[in-house]
Amino acid sequence: MSILDSKIPEGPLAEKWNKHKSNIKVVSPANKRKLEVIVVGTGLGGASAAASLAELGYKVKAFCYQDSPRRAHSIAAQGGINAAKNYQNDNDSVFRLFYDTIKGGDYRAREANVYRLAEVSPNIIDQCVAQGVPFGREYGGLLDNRSFGGVLVSRTFYARGQTGQQLLLGAYQALNRQISKGNVEMYSRHEMLDVVKIDGKARGIIARDLVSGEIKRFGAHAVVVATGGYGNVFFLSTNAMGSNGSAAWQCYKKGAMMSNPCFVQIHPTCIPVHGDQQSKLTLMSESLRNDGRVWVPKKNEDAEKLRKGEIGPNDIPEDDRDFYLERRYPSYGNLVPRDVASRAAKERCDAGFGVNAEGKAVYLDFKYAIERLGKDVIKARYGNLFQMYEKITDVDPYKEPMMIYPAIHYSMGGTWVDYNLMTTVPGLYSIGEANFSDHGANRLGASALMQGLADGYFVLPYTIGDYLADEILTPKADTNALEFEEAEKAVTGRIEKLFNIKGSKPVDYFHKKLGHVMWDYVGMSRNAEGLKKAIEMIKEIREEFWKDVKIPGELNNLNPELEKAGRVADFLDIGELMAHDALDRNESCGGHFREESVTEDGEAKRDDEQFTYVSCWEFNGEGKEPVLHKEDLVFENVKLTQRSYK
Amino acid sequence: MSKFLTASIGRKFIMSISGLFLVMFLAVHLSVNLLLIFDDSGELFNIAAHFMVTNPLIRIVEPLLGLGFLVHIIWSFFLEYQNWKARPVKYNQKNPAVASTWTSRNMLVLGALVLVFLIIHIINFYWVIRFTGGVQEITINGEHMEDTYSLVAGLFKTSVIYDIIYVLGGILLGFHLSHGFWSAFHTLGLSNKQWMSRLQIIGKIYAVIIAVGFSIIPLYFLIKF
Amino acid sequence: MADKILKKLNIKVWRQNNAQDKGRFETYTIENISTGSSFLEMLDILNNNLIEEGKDPIAFDHDCREGICGTCSLFINGRAHGPDTEVTTCQLHMRKFKDGETITIEPWRAAAFPVIKDLVVDRTAFEKILQAGGYISVNTGGVPDANAIPISHEDAEESMDAASCIGCGACVAACKNSSAMLFVSAKVAHLAKLPQGKVEAKSRARKMVAKMDELGFGGCTNTGACEVECPKSISITNIARLNREYLTARFSE
Repeated sequence: MSILDSKIPEGPLAEKWNKHKSNIKVVSPANKRKLEVIVVGTGLGGASAAASLAELGYKVKAFCYQDSPRRAHSIAAQGGINAAKNYQNDNDSVFRLFYDTIKGGDYRAREANVYRLAEVSPNIIDQCVAQGVPFGREYGGLLDNRSFGGVLVSRTFYARGQTGQQLLLGAYQALNRQISKGNVEMYSRHEMLDVVKIDGKARGIIARDLVSGEIKRFGAHAVVVATGGYGNVFFLSTNAMGSNGSAAWQCYKKGAMMSNPCFVQIHPTCIPVHGDQQSKLTLMSESLRNDGRVWVPKKNEDAEKLRKGEIGPNDIPEDDRDFYLERRYPSYGNLVPRDVASRAAKERCDAGFGVNAEGKAVYLDFKYAIERLGKDVIKARYGNLFQMYEKITDVDPYKEPMMIYPAIHYSMGGTWVDYNLMTTVPGLYSIGEANFSDHGANRLGASALMQGLADGYFVLPYTIGDYLADEILTPKADTNALEFEEAEKAVTGRIEKLFNIKGSKPVDYFHKKLGHVMWDYVGMSRNAEGLKKAIEMIKEIREEFWKDVKIPGELNNLNPELEKAGRVADFLDIGELMAHDALDRNESCGGHFREESVTEDGEAKRDDEQFTYVSCWEFNGEGKEPVLHKEDLVFENVKLTQRSYK
Repeated sequence: MSKFLTASIGRKFIMSISGLFLVMFLAVHLSVNLLLIFDDSGELFNIAAHFMVTNPLIRIVEPLLGLGFLVHIIWSFFLEYQNWKARPVKYNQKNPAVASTWTSRNMLVLGALVLVFLIIHIINFYWVIRFTGGVQEITINGEHMEDTYSLVAGLFKTSVIYDIIYVLGGILLGFHLSHGFWSAFHTLGLSNKQWMSRLQIIGKIYAVIIAVGFSIIPLYFLIKF
Repeated sequence: MADKILKKLNIKVWRQNNAQDKGRFETYTIENISTGSSFLEMLDILNNNLIEEGKDPIAFDHDCREGICGTCSLFINGRAHGPDTEVTTCQLHMRKFKDGETITIEPWRAAAFPVIKDLVVDRTAFEKILQAGGYISVNTGGVPDANAIPISHEDAEESMDAASCIGCGACVAACKNSSAMLFVSAKVAHLAKLPQGKVEAKSRARKMVAKMDELGFGGCTNTGACEVECPKSISITNIARLNREYLTARFSE
């Protein structure tokens, strides 16, 4: 248990964070100047943390693989950010946001962390407004709110359909200010390839300059990993092309445990895959389900004709349409949570009712909303999304229903952290999507942005002081130390090994192959047999990859294929760990659905007796099975109930 | 301040101010010139021209006008050079017509052609009136003055080539103004969501007035006489 | 509507191994591309073909592939982000092209955006401009309640219009002068429209313009090409606003 000390403060839930803040150590301004912190990743978590730490006086080095911090994938979040402001007077509160998040996560998240998240959420909105984030406003000049899936109040703040972009630009501006003051050294187009430990503590990283190919050493007193999720293990996902799990994976290999890696969120409303040339999936905001009705044909022969393109959706009479969400879940209808909606779509398509050429799409129809509200209202609400849909598919969603299908979207799982957001490696922190802490087995809409900014603005800047207060006498990390040299050698060795395989197949070939295995066996629906098979198949792909991958170009030049190869090598490992985790968790909860654990009518069934824990996987050496540790989840403030949306 | 004059917006400020000054001059110039076609006896025009030559205020403004031209021309080359430098490697294939008008992209070309015209124009009239002399003298209402009307009318009546040059000059000026007018206001920051399109329309109308107004004079003499 | 197959395309593309290399055009042919594929997917396929032929694939910038991160660039057939309006290159689809066509792909061209490799350019200049003053000087914490300052719906919307800039650089690429005025003005207008940002509006404009000039961007001649080619249709009225802020700042010194 000692290695998994979650450091959750004693006392009543509502007082834990305040009490903790007053108990943890603080570093004096003079000493902060002497302490260096490395922040890897510049999304909402990374940028806000780097800026806030620099404002406090720490010397910060920030890294991103993109050409600018502003391009981190937080930018793509559309819908909004939750906060318990209760501006709408609809009886929202910190406790209600906490409760919704815990319940939405299917009771697989830590109470204390989630409560703190809800508690600091109002500060985030204040901070963002002060930075100049142009949130949507009422005509009276006050902030407007939206409602989102899975909750009963309006607490979502938004900036059109570009909330993530605006929040990230706010954090980016704060970061730019610190860069201009010389408090942050920014390293763009740099990819972290290893974390360096000295005396058991994280003391720096090894990074590759993606333009020159140079391998560089960077030292610090603490390292913060804010590198997002690993959804791209599935090849096709809504993540950016460059989003990867490599930084987190190197931490894992250096002793940071990975928690709940099998918890990934599958978003129900994405534009379906077309053919085999597709590189990436595009999300259509969850808000569309407020006014769109989801359906497939009732008759198999209609579905067949649709797939062949012989008829269009508008040729199918009303009575022959199966509004399956409304049929199965009369009370929530089209607004069931993401995991439920995704599985229902897959169930219909597997049963042969899919409507595109590949048979993997369902309709999201706005005909009824247009009849009810008029085209103008729909246009005002979703105009930009409709335009985006038409640009991509060449279909006008005002006239013909959208085609949608679930896609991998977010990883709830990630690096294990304690209440201070520190991993099992002292001095190594993990924030935002990269850690596992707040969303349990399923994330609610508009909560990812909240968590990233909560960690970066209001949690880490306090908790990191508790660790750094004991490091004030530790000298600057010596990058000539043996540990740095060895780490660099290992990184260079691995890159050269990959580069020198000179096989016959491009990286994408292996990535796609891995993606298929993951989607088929570690995707929306999982069973023991499939998972075991997946583990074997991934091993085979890995073997083939390390024998036959072909990386063109040069080592000491911009080389996107080389970058991809390193990331895919890690995805192969991450995929395998996900399968292990999914195999261990023989229950259905949130985004994780085990066919062995269902209710009589086929719905997900949690097993609280056996699985009310966080799985924590420890690296046990290359080629060896990982070791499972468990952090038991204790619920003192909420009662565990089975979710029902009938 | 010297920094301001070479800063990108400063350079444009100079162009705008001098440009708007010239725009005002054109209005005065055109209104005087139109007298050429409203009185075939030439008396009205001669009186106006005489007034312009002898009025002390105009005498003071004249060098300013010259300076306005000089600054507008010199800064335009300076500005264009800076802008040209900003793209050392050019595109192999360009398709700019979808995004902007030819006029807006070629203000220097238009301006240079107008300059050529301006030089011809100065040699034809201004130079003769002010320096070389040789303009006949007449007396109107007891006042002794130069018969500028005959000088101008004489040229337009006898030379089709010059008529064409002057019509072209008017048209070129119109095109230059069709972008230059609103652009000057925009650069001075005197434009917003509502006013941008208004200024563009006013600019176009002004450009047409200037182009038609100046072109009509040689055409009048060509056709009538 | 239904996807078709483009049997053959000629891709004429700028190849340049590094910043020092002189660079040249190369032409490749590619076959059987679905009109439903995105332009970048077409390049992915071309690259995989090149790798299999033992050639160096074409380097190009891209990341989110949903038109918001601003990473993708590409000057396609003489236009920034290619022959569609209000899209980034990653959202451009092959249905905009004809079978047998020769497609010319060039990097953004500007002194301030040097080529790194092939179609990848260095847009650090944009970073430097924003670092010069593109922010509101507040620290984390200690700020007033979000509803303490009412902001009119209109101002918030106008600010948002300007704030939707993705920093892709199409404005610079499309401008005949390689001017960054639309980019700079979008940030200046985004912040100046809000009461929080008004405090520093003048010094912000002055600092950002000075940095922009220093980095070798050209000046604005109001051709309006930037607005047309901007994937987010950011209006050039922001430029008038920047001019106003800048001039009043300079004259009140």
